Amino acid sequence: MANIISDETMEYVGILAKLELSDEQKEQAKKDMARMLDYIDMLNELDTSGVEPMSHVFPVNNVFREDEVANGDEREKILKNAPAKKEGSFMVPKTVE
Amino acid sequence: MQISSMTALELGRKIRQREISAVEAAEASLARIREAEASLNCFVTVDEEGALARAAEVQKAVSSGTLTAPLAGVPVGIKDNMCTEGLLTTCSSKILYNFKPTYTAEAVLNLEKAGAVIVGKTNMDEFAMGSTTETSAFGVTRNPWNTEHVPGGSSGGSCAAVASGEVPYALGSDTGGSIRQPSSFCGVTGLKPTYGTVSRYGLIAYGSSLDQIGPIARDVSDCAAVLETIASWDRKDSTSVKREDCDFTAALVDDVKGLKIGIPSDYLAAGLDEEVKAAILKAADVLKTKGAQVEEFDLSLVEYAIPAYYVIASAEASSNLSRFDGVKYGYRAKEYEGLHSMYKKSRSEGFGEEVKRRIMLGSFVLSSGYYDAYYLKALRTKALIKQAFDRAFEKYDVILGPAAPTTAPKLGESLADPIKMYLGDIYTISVNLAGLPGMTVPCGLDAKGLPIGVQLIGDCFQEKKIIRAAYAYEQGRGPWELPAPACVAGTADAAGGNGGCADGGVRTAAGSGCADDGARTAAGKGGI
Amino acid sequence: MAKQYETVIGLEVHVELATKTKIFCGCSTAFGGAPNTHTCPVCTGMPGSLPVLNKKVVELAMAVGLATNCKIHQFCKFDRKNYFYPDNPQNYQISQLYLPICYEGGIEIETPAGKKIVGIHEIHMEEDAGKLIHDEWEDCSLVDYNRSGVPLIEIVSEPDMRSAEEVIAYLDKLRLIIQYLGASDCKLQEGSMRADVNLSVREAGAKEYGTRTEMKNLNSFKAIARAVEGERARQIELLEEGKKVIQETRRWDDNKESSYPMRSKEDAQDYRYFPDPDLVPVIISDEWLEEIRARQPELRTEKLLRYKKEFDIPDYDAGILTGSKRMADIFEETTALCGRPKKVSNWLMGETLRLLKEEGMEPEELSFSPENLAKLIRLTEDGTINQTVAKEVFEKIFREDIDPQAYVEEHGLKTVSDEDELRRVVEDVIAANPQSVSDYRGGKKKALGFLVGQTMKAMKGKADPGVVSRILTKLL
Repeated sequence: MANIISDETMEYVGILAKLELSDEQKEQAKKDMARMLDYIDMLNELDTSGVEPMSHVFPVNNVFREDEVANGDEREKILKNAPAKKEGSFMVPKTVE
Repeated sequence: MQISSMTALELGRKIRQREISAVEAAEASLARIREAEASLNCFVTVDEEGALARAAEVQKAVSSGTLTAPLAGVPVGIKDNMCTEGLLTTCSSKILYNFKPTYTAEAVLNLEKAGAVIVGKTNMDEFAMGSTTETSAFGVTRNPWNTEHVPGGSSGGSCAAVASGEVPYALGSDTGGSIRQPSSFCGVTGLKPTYGTVSRYGLIAYGSSLDQIGPIARDVSDCAAVLETIASWDRKDSTSVKREDCDFTAALVDDVKGLKIGIPSDYLAAGLDEEVKAAILKAADVLKTKGAQVEEFDLSLVEYAIPAYYVIASAEASSNLSRFDGVKYGYRAKEYEGLHSMYKKSRSEGFGEEVKRRIMLGSFVLSSGYYDAYYLKALRTKALIKQAFDRAFEKYDVILGPAAPTTAPKLGESLADPIKMYLGDIYTISVNLAGLPGMTVPCGLDAKGLPIGVQLIGDCFQEKKIIRAAYAYEQGRGPWELPAPACVAGTADAAGGNGGCADGGVRTAAGSGCADDGARTAAGKGGI
Repeated sequence: MAKQYETVIGLEVHVELATKTKIFCGCSTAFGGAPNTHTCPVCTGMPGSLPVLNKKVVELAMAVGLATNCKIHQFCKFDRKNYFYPDNPQNYQISQLYLPICYEGGIEIETPAGKKIVGIHEIHMEEDAGKLIHDEWEDCSLVDYNRSGVPLIEIVSEPDMRSAEEVIAYLDKLRLIIQYLGASDCKLQEGSMRADVNLSVREAGAKEYGTRTEMKNLNSFKAIARAVEGERARQIELLEEGKKVIQETRRWDDNKESSYPMRSKEDAQDYRYFPDPDLVPVIISDEWLEEIRARQPELRTEKLLRYKKEFDIPDYDAGILTGSKRMADIFEETTALCGRPKKVSNWLMGETLRLLKEEGMEPEELSFSPENLAKLIRLTEDGTINQTVAKEVFEKIFREDIDPQAYVEEHGLKTVSDEDELRRVVEDVIAANPQSVSDYRGGKKKALGFLVGQTMKAMKGKADPGVVSRILTKLL
């Protein structure tokens, strides 16, 4: 295996992705990710120098809205699925500032 | 003929001709669902009450002559990653176990305007990540041809529901083959349109640059009619394309004389099952007999599509799925200490293994120091793949090949080895990277009696060419029998492992108990 | 001798653009609605929703770029900035990293230290976040997405500033440019203009920059000046003690006049930017760019020169009048209505400034209409009212924007110029003030002023002092 994923990397990815793994899951995830990266490294066989990265397949551009108010008060709908709400707002654990 | 054996257009015609009422059609679909769900589990939610009410409403419009669309009154199943206002939409994930959207996806709205009757939301791989419909939090879906096998994925619920006659047609979505591969495994016809043809507004994103909604039906004509209905230029989707050629049914012409068809020799190389290969080549022969010019050619870069796809799709998914955090909707962990703990616990408990695997991979390839090496490299590879297709379409009207290397594997065989599972997408994935339309049409059975599909790929915006080729092939192939309803019901025992389906396994929208918590009937499915 | 230090400052200024709707959806940007009443699936990150770009945002961003001498990326894109925080409903912010709309500009500032150019590294478009309210009673925070998706431009300067004065001069200049363009009202208190300060110190003469910190939560020019001084002192103290400055984001507490680190280990600050696949590129044609350029209004520097030339307004006055877009607008509109630029200028420079100061208001908050000021000037010009009455009426205009004509009529404030009526009053005044009369007659000319005053007082200010003086002289 060419790629080795360290505990630190796994910890870091967990912070980025907001995922928490048990020790057992972490070991498995390290193996899985290393294998995937080994596989992805296959791309290095390709010479892509001078090739522009392509994010959109079609040259669609300049899609705009006009600056006109189109939405009314949808608060009730928007809050309908909230796991916790209070006073017309979504409720979350206290954010520390 | 039984209603459950009719195509969508046949049923629609009979509804318009007042031979069958929309309510009867809905009742027939619901009855079939009640009968088959215990063994198949195609649906996450069945909206019995809503469907019947809607059918009565549509019937009035049909009777009064205000609704004359070909699909008016015909029942449909919608993949559970498309938002339906007030109707549970889960992406087959625990993290959306109770989510009732406040709006309806544009493609579904287009169907509703044409008089479609939604009977329920179909099962899928969680967030469309998978090729077997085994990663659903609401239990696996089984293949109607043999319930020990998977239906493919991620639109496995939609494909199995059509194959088993639960609904005459369904909507699926295709990010890397998720319509074409399960269509192949289930012996139904599925079409992935050119990127931008069907609005993605209301489709819960997996890989935004690759996702596209498309029809799954019993034959090519149905697919063309459904695509004609759902395609639209939507100002709410910036990537939506304005097309003037959406009269896809006009391409239902039994004539392929002079049509240039290329078969990538790379698609027939090692890894392709011999029986599948034989069936594909036989399908090519049918078209040749009808006057098409068929030849093999070297497409190149085929094997690079998979790693490029997994980088791009995982990267986009890691960002797309970050909104599921327990704040605005869906699952929130019961116990946590502070904000970040709530995020981590809700997401770790709410997402399944495969989803987490891809989110982590995606976060990693985008992270500081790796973006160029992985993400940009993948986007450059994508550009090369697009160029390879451009070259091919200078020579050919249609590319023909398999949709998957094998027929449907047995349940449980694929998940153990992710790489092996990903390799199964080799013939479908590059089509998404290049934004092309692709279609699967059933073309035979293997020795085990499992269906094989032939894939037809067109240049962008050339759906009509593949529809014409598919239609002509279908005519040349002759009638295609789906597994008889009785046969499917008879295999109910095989689904014993599906866990606690004593009630027949049908969840109703009303009874899904979404208001309280994860204890909804889905828990009885052993999914969560 | 103690070491000399140089402060190096760069600013990241966020400005909320004056559009009617949000950057990616049709929700209103109006300030101050009840929580979550200006929201929709897009700006609350509902599954399946998609963004569509507001054209006006691009045009305003271009206008600011042109006015700050930036180059324009005629092919620009949006990227996602990924981080988890509840004010950010998608847990990514749509912003621009790789191809921001404007780049490589700069504006000239002037401080007692002289003139200099502060470079602008780039200006990019992005969406604002929602608001978090910390609940008093429960251990929780409440999220309001009304601000979520309000369009912002972020103006990133080069590290070209060296003092709090330069920072204020830069911000002031920037604010004026943007207000003149009508691109934003730039109110620091309401958060429609916000500045983050990047600051480092280095020994005088050093070539390399020191380690910088970023300070947030600065909502007045005064707070910014204090934060610059405070952070400079903190960093120098660290260096003097042989410690190191840590690169970090700090939050300024203006009450305590000190800052503290903001982030925890859960914030990796690795934003994993990548092009947003839901949005397509913006291509700005030469024609479009020219159209925006042609539409650019006269900016402050040009206006100032024109006032001096066209209206013969002195340098200092022209500076004050153009120092606020609102003030300049009132000046020009009133002048157009009454044709008396000098008079208009006098009212603005005198009474208006006095009342602003008295009320502790900013010129941008002026709310009276040019029509009423023009009418007032006409009333003084044609002698309908005198200066004393005019000042009283102006105060009414300033506060309540009353119609001076109607007000004068209603309160009977017209100047009395009927000589007979005045003579009777003057006679009474002469009779009542024998001492002053004899003073005047005895050669004390000053006593006349007193008697005029007494007459004016008796007339409740409604007399023409010139006429009163003439009658007095005659009678004495």
